[in-house]
Amino acid sequence: MILSDIAFYVFAIICVLSGLRVVTARNPVHSVLFLILAFFNAAGLFVLLGAEFLAMILVVVYVGAVAVLFLFVVMMLDIDFTALKRSAGQHLALGAGVGLVLLAELIFIASGWVVSPSVLIHSAAQAKDGTDQIENTRALGELIYTKYFYTFELSGLILLVAMIGAIVLTLRHRKNVRRQQIGTQIARARSASIELVKVTPGSGV
Amino acid sequence: MLHVGLGHYLVVASILFTLGIFGIFLNRRNVIIMLMSIELILLAVNINFVAFSSYLHNMTGQVFAMFVLTVAAAEAAIGLAILVVYFRNRGTIAVEDINLMKG
Repeated sequence: MILSDIAFYVFAIICVLSGLRVVTARNPVHSVLFLILAFFNAAGLFVLLGAEFLAMILVVVYVGAVAVLFLFVVMMLDIDFTALKRSAGQHLALGAGVGLVLLAELIFIASGWVVSPSVLIHSAAQAKDGTDQIENTRALGELIYTKYFYTFELSGLILLVAMIGAIVLTLRHRKNVRRQQIGTQIARARSASIELVKVTPGSGV
Repeated sequence: MLHVGLGHYLVVASILFTLGIFGIFLNRRNVIIMLMSIELILLAVNINFVAFSSYLHNMTGQVFAMFVLTVAAAEAAIGLAILVVYFRNRGTIAVEDINLMKG
């Protein structure tokens, strides 16, 4: 029991610290790498909470796809980051103020908040009747393919639309790039490319 | 050491959420860091979902955490695509001077 507590504190502290570095790092590449670290530790927290499937999804989708996408964009765009950093300090006070007010509000709400006893009784009953005993992935699958089927399909549709949108946005046809045009190349007639010149002897072309 | 309960997870999530908000204000010119801050905010929301789901023995929270992940991935892809197009047209990603559509 105490081991899981220690694991929680390690994961939570690393997660929060790397989250802080994400927003304060001078180099955006470091920001992305700290974001990856934060996601790994959040996945650890998910494992501690018993949500193994979501933890693996977080590692695969976030670290494997989204964070690498960020890394690609940061490295491929030739951005002058020192010029961007120049005026970074002027919003520091405003950001800190808003952040602190928000954190105070969240803690204020969380401290004065209790779970209703009826919910606890209900959830305890649910835990006892064995729905909690099947493994996490199976339980999730039994929900998303039955009760939340339409929502699940809708999320797939959202991903499709996002994919098409991203491709359409970034696709461009460059001028002055010579591509193969197989149709026109095959359809070219002999008369279009060869000209026979009658050369009279002694005069040249 | 304190025994870890639901409140601990909520505190971690609220700190991450606040860091995300703070990051949006701190990096007003760098839109890549702003997108990463949004990812942090969504991660905080996901930790809340999963923590409640685990402590109330109700799987619905994890289902919705998965939907949040989906939407976050779509948002990141679209956001970065818009960013790439904007950089290609303007040569900078300073979002403070995006006011062409103000009229």
